[in-house]
Formats: sequence, C-alpha cells, structure tokens
Amino acid sequence: MAGSLRVSARLHRRAQLRAFGLVAPLLIFVGLTFVTPLATMLVRSVYDPVVADALPETQMLLKDWDGEEGLPSEAVYAAVAKELKRAGAERTLGQVASRINRVQGGLRSALARTERALRDVEQGPWRETMGAIDPIWADPATWHAIQATGERFTSRHYLNALDLQRLPSGAVVAQPQERRIYLRLFWRTIIVSSIITLLCLALGYPIALLIARSPPHRANLLLILVLVPFWTSLLVRTTAWIVLLQTQGVLNDLLVVLGLINDDGRLAMVYNMTGTIVAMTHVLLPFMVLPLYSVMRGIPSVHMKAAASLGAKPLQAFLRVYWPQSLPGVGAGALLVFILAIGYYITPALVGGSDGQLISNMIAYHMQTSLNWGLAAALGGVLLVGVLVLYAVYDRLVGVERMGLG
Amino acid sequence: MGNRARTAHVEFRGISKSYDGRTLVVKNLDLSIRTGEFVTFLGPSGSGKTTILMMLAGFQSPTAGEILLDGRPIQDLPARKRGIGMVFQNYALFPHMTVGANLAFPLEVRNVGAEERTELVDRVLRLVRLEGFADRRPSQLSGGQQQRVAIARALVFEPELVLMDEPLGALDRSLRDEMQYEIRRIHRTLDVTVVYVTHDQQEAMVMSDRIAVLREGIVEQIAVPEGLYEEPERAFVARFIGESNLLKGRVTAVLDEVCEVETGGEKVHALKVVACETGDPVTLSIRPERVAINSVPGRYKNEVSATVEDLTFLGDQLRVRLTACGRSDFIVTIPNIVGHSPLLRGDSVRIGWTALDCRALNHERS
Ligand SMILES: Nc1ncnc2c1ncn2[C@@H]1O[C@H](COP(=O)(O)OP(=O)(O)OP(=O)(O)O)[C@@H](O)[C@H]1O
Ligand SMILES: [Mg+2]
Repeated sequence: MAGSLRVSARLHRRAQLRAFGLVAPLLIFVGLTFVTPLATMLVRSVYDPVVADALPETQMLLKDWDGEEGLPSEAVYAAVAKELKRAGAERTLGQVASRINRVQGGLRSALARTERALRDVEQGPWRETMGAIDPIWADPATWHAIQATGERFTSRHYLNALDLQRLPSGAVVAQPQERRIYLRLFWRTIIVSSIITLLCLALGYPIALLIARSPPHRANLLLILVLVPFWTSLLVRTTAWIVLLQTQGVLNDLLVVLGLINDDGRLAMVYNMTGTIVAMTHVLLPFMVLPLYSVMRGIPSVHMKAAASLGAKPLQAFLRVYWPQSLPGVGAGALLVFILAIGYYITPALVGGSDGQLISNMIAYHMQTSLNWGLAAALGGVLLVGVLVLYAVYDRLVGVERMGLG
Repeated sequence: MGNRARTAHVEFRGISKSYDGRTLVVKNLDLSIRTGEFVTFLGPSGSGKTTILMMLAGFQSPTAGEILLDGRPIQDLPARKRGIGMVFQNYALFPHMTVGANLAFPLEVRNVGAEERTELVDRVLRLVRLEGFADRRPSQLSGGQQQRVAIARALVFEPELVLMDEPLGALDRSLRDEMQYEIRRIHRTLDVTVVYVTHDQQEAMVMSDRIAVLREGIVEQIAVPEGLYEEPERAFVARFIGESNLLKGRVTAVLDEVCEVETGGEKVHALKVVACETGDPVTLSIRPERVAINSVPGRYKNEVSATVEDLTFLGDQLRVRLTACGRSDFIVTIPNIVGHSPLLRGDSVRIGWTALDCRALNHERS
C-alpha cells in the first residue's frame, strides 16, 4: 500500500517535471524578453544613480545643509567644483547636467560653462569664483536641484508623472498650472479608450452574434473576414484611413459630390481625435469580436426559442436571456480592447495629429526624444498600475474565471 | 370532461413542410387532437417529429396546409402569442437564472403581479415535487430535476397546450421510467392537452392516449396504444411497435376478411388488412407470443413444421428461435409458466397460430 503510494507520488513528480520541461522554453523566452525589460524599466523609474555617483562628496556635505539658511558652506562649493571637474574629465557631465536641468531649467548650460571655466582654477575661494562664473551658484534653487537629483532612490519621476512636485521643504504639491500635462493626458487616454471600447462593442456585438448564429461553413468564412485585417500590416491599414479620411480624401470627396458639404466646408476627420478613434476602433475590433464569438457560440440557440415560447418579446428575450449569458464575452472583449487601447502607440502617432495623442505617445517621446527614461518608466508604471486595478475591479465584479477568452 | 373532450383543440389540415424546397420532411399531415388528450408522435430519427412540433409552436411555418388552434388558424400568430408551453429536448433552462427565476420568467413577461407570481411558482414546484429548490441554479440540479424544472416552466403560465420534444432523451433508463409516470400524473392532474414527441415506443405506450407513428414525414397509423400493438395496419408499425415476425409472401386466394398467402413454401391464412388481390405481394405480421408450439393438432388454422434453432431464457419468458416458413429467424416466446414442455435445440416441432393473429399488411421493400 505505502509502496504503491510512493510509486504514484514518483510518477506524479515525473509528470510534473515533464510538464515543466514543456513550458520551460517559453518561460525562458518570456523571462528574457518581457519580464526582464519590464523589471529594468520599473527599477529605472525609481532608481537613478548617475548624479549620486558623479557627485558623492557634494551629496554628503549637502546633507548638513537644510536649505533654510541661505547658501551652503565653502566646503560644499569646493566639493562640487572638484567633482564637476572630474565629471568633465570622465565625460559624464552631460548626463549629470541633463538630470539636474530637468528639475531646474537652464542649469544644463550653466553647469557646462562652470566646468569649462573651472578647468584652469586650482585654488579657492570657490564660492566667490563660481559665483562670478555664473549667478546660478548664488541661487539656493540650484543646490536644491543638485540635492534632489542626488538621491539614488527617487519618487521624482512618479510625482512628475502625476503632475506633482516636491518642494524643497519636502512637501508634495501639484505642479503649477502650465506644467500639468500628464494627468490630463491620462484622462484623455482613459476617455478615448472607453469610447473606442464602446464603439468596438457596438460594432462587434452584432457581428459576433451573426457569426455565432450562422451554420458552421458560413461562420468560418465570416470569421476569416474578421481576421483579414490581421493579414495586412498595421501601418498599411492606418495609412489607408488617412487616404479615406483626409481633407482631400475619399470620404470628403464623396460628401462634396453628394452635396452634403460644400467644398470649403470639408471635414477634418484625421490628424485629430476623430482620426485616432476611427482608426483604433478599426484596428481593435477583432479583439472584441473573437471573445464575444467564443462565448456566444456556447449559448444554445434554443434559449431564444424557449424565451419566445414562454411569451417573451424578441427584445425582452434578448435582454433577459441572451445578453446576460453573453456578458463574460462582453467583459473579456471590453477588457482586452480597453487595455490594448490605453497602451496603443502607432495609430495615434500616425493619425492623431497634435490633439489625438495618447499617453503612450508621451512615453515614446520621453524614451526617444527627451531621453528622460526615468519619467517614461514612471508613466508606464502608472499605466501598469491602472491596468492592474482595472483587472482587480473586473475580477471583483465579474470574476476572472468567467472571462470568456476562448 | 364530457363535451369538452370531443372538441378539437389542435387540428392539422394538409400540412406539408419542406426546408429546401425539394424534399418534403412532413407530407400532407391531417390530424385532429382533442382537448385534454395526450398525443404522441412516435418515429425514428429524421422522421419529422420535431418539425411538426416546431410548426405548431410557431418556430417554423408550414409549406402547405394550415394549423388550427381552438378552431382558429394560427399561421400569422408569432410563437410568443400562441400561449403554448414547450419542453425542449435539452431542457433549455436559462443557466444564469435560479430555478425560481426560470419559473417566474414567463409570468414576468406577462406582467403577472409579484404576489401571484410567487404563488404560481410555488404551486408548480409542488406539482413537480421540487419544493425548496427555487434558489438553486440549474447547474446544481441532477438531470431528472432539471427535466422537472423544464416541465414546470412550460406549465407555470397555465397553458392549455403543452408540447414536449423528447424530454426524456437525455435521462437514463430508470429515471426515464420514473419521469414517464410523473408526466402522466401531471397530465392527469392538470387536464392539459399534451403533444409529445419521442422515438421510444415504450415511452409512447406508457403515457399516450393516442400515438401517431411517423415515418419519413408520413403518419403511418394513429391509434390508441393497444390498437397499435394489436392491430397494426402497416408493416412499419408492426415492426416498430413491439416485436413481430414479418414474413414476405404472395396472395394465393382471397375470401372476404381472410386471405391465403404463400410464404416460404407454406400456405397460411391471414387477416386481410391491406387491400389485396390474388397475386399481390404482402407482408405477414405474427406476434411471437401468439404462436403456440406443439399444441393439439388441428387447433389452429395455421400449422407448420419447424426446427428449434436456439433457446434463450429471459426470466419471465422463454425465447425460441426457429426455422419455419423458409426463414431461420422465426421467433416464438413462451411465458414462463410451470409445466410447459421442455424443448431442446434441434427438436422438430409443429407451430400454430390463428388467422386473426396473422395480419396481411402492405408489402415492404427492404
Ligand atoms: N432547420 C432545418 N433545415 C433543413 N433541414 C432540416 C431542418 N430541421 C430538420 N431538417 C430535416 O428535416 C428532417 C426531419 O427533421 P426533424 O428534426 O423533424 O426529425 P426528428 O423526427 O425530430 O428527428 P430526431 O428524432 O432525430 O430529432 C430531417 O431530414 C432533417 O435533416
Ligand atoms: Mg427531433
């Protein structure tokens, strides 16, 4: 008895090992290409050692300066002078300066100028010498900026991403009006994504219903038609929308020919929010149709007959019998489309113009143009948290195990 | 019942149905169902049973003919307005609603007040013996319980006509037996008209007032259960209902009610059921329990010699396979009553039956 139990336990372990062996390549792949970069980016959003590494002594000495009693002591000036010179020699000054500059504008060039001027200076008094080189050294704000960027672990990026800032006193307050961008952009992204999700649902539900009610051969054909967009490049599809929607485009021409609008009243349907919404709805529609279809396929068509035989009008039968049963598919499709939409990048970049940009375009901007990866990572982190919260809410309300993804 | 029992509740008049415009799956159906009657359509798969129910329920429209409900044509009446209760083959209970909600549904869409609703739901739950199950989900019930709920749902809004499409098809044998009696009890309690569909002849026999045997869209015979068994009018019915020895033969003489038929080298006398003349091919139907083995010579009109091929003891009866009338699968059953003479394989015997128990039916190609 015990022997056979042991044998079965061993067999069980072997089966588990085999199962693990089968998924191991995927796990390694996902680990290398997804988890690691993601983790690196998230670390980057809170960890930035560049300034701390370049100006260690300065940072140490600044700890004793509370910022209230004017400028720091001569020793601090001496330390920063020495470390700026070293950073110049080691060619890290650019990175340091750009980080400090993000906290306090205009410091990049001043720091570079100071370093150049200090190259020939061997002796103090540093405070006076530096004050003469550039007035920034007589401004406590400069020191606050150096102090702030000198923390290895920083909440700066997250505060920034949420339009907040930390005052020298340590208090967290909202950014001044003109510097608030990201919260508005997050909101816009959420609203646009919601609109796209609703549009996809409105357009996708009848299609999915039709496919689910068709005999198998026709359902297959229709499903292929739904998937046809996946066979063409996203870029081509998006460009096609430009051709259709632009001011001199097919749709406007048609409207003019039909006399619905006149020639100088052509509608702006692309390079703005309309363009983003139209093109993204088109791109994301299959992600709504497929989960809906897979759930609807499982709803017996006899249920609608049963409802009718029990005296329900078609609309009643739909609302009370069909719709509730299709909800897992609605949930899955909506969640999928919404999550894809809030992270979508290419389409708004191409057809969004200036007011059709979403948060991911801002992330891309910080990754590629401003090179503020810390902020980009923090914006991405906020997005990730948003998605996880959404998922948790969905799980609480509907239950993830009821999600009909396939 | 008296007067009420004689009025036609449902009437099919010349109903034909084709789905594809070429083949008719229901052919010229004429049938009148009385109020309170339990009528079963019995037939093999594909014989058009469901199609007939769907036309009556309003989910299919006839290609030709008309259906009358209480004397009024109903082709323009949508399903929901026909007020017919329907039990579907796979229950079709709404999985996202509790049993109580499923039962309340037809009442809610009819705007029945909350109080009356509760009362009706309670009453129907008692009728199907499911008190206390109102808060369960259909998925938390056994197959038999789900079936009861489906029946209850078709009854709760008090329709006068209830259709059931193979409601017991998904249940196992013993549960099916139990539910047959249950449905019969409910029918008697409520005095509703029931149109029932099944391919199981025993089921049809247990419950029905009348059975319509269906084959390829044609009603072969409609009769009370005993009538179908005792007096089949078509070879198909004789084969489909109970067991029968079906012998192919040719008429050699006709005298009034009886005819003489030559089959497998024997001349036998048979009741002339099908219209036939000398020389016509016919099928003879002889029930296995109506044949006697080694009885007093001269007692039966038909007596032929046979050889015992096989014996099977079935508890309540002995099943004997014989070679007779040129066939080696002639079956005779003998009730297990103490005292019958022991038979052995290979015995030569005489078997006999009356002309009344031998029915000359239509010739069947097969
Ligand atoms: N919706 C439909 N479209 C086309 N043909 C159909 C349709 N429904 C049924 N048929 C055909 O009509 C014939 C009768 O079908 P029906 O469903 O009435 O048979 P049935 O007696 O109920 O059989 P079963 O015992 O298998 O349920 C079959 O040949 C079937 O293929
Ligand atoms: Mg059927």
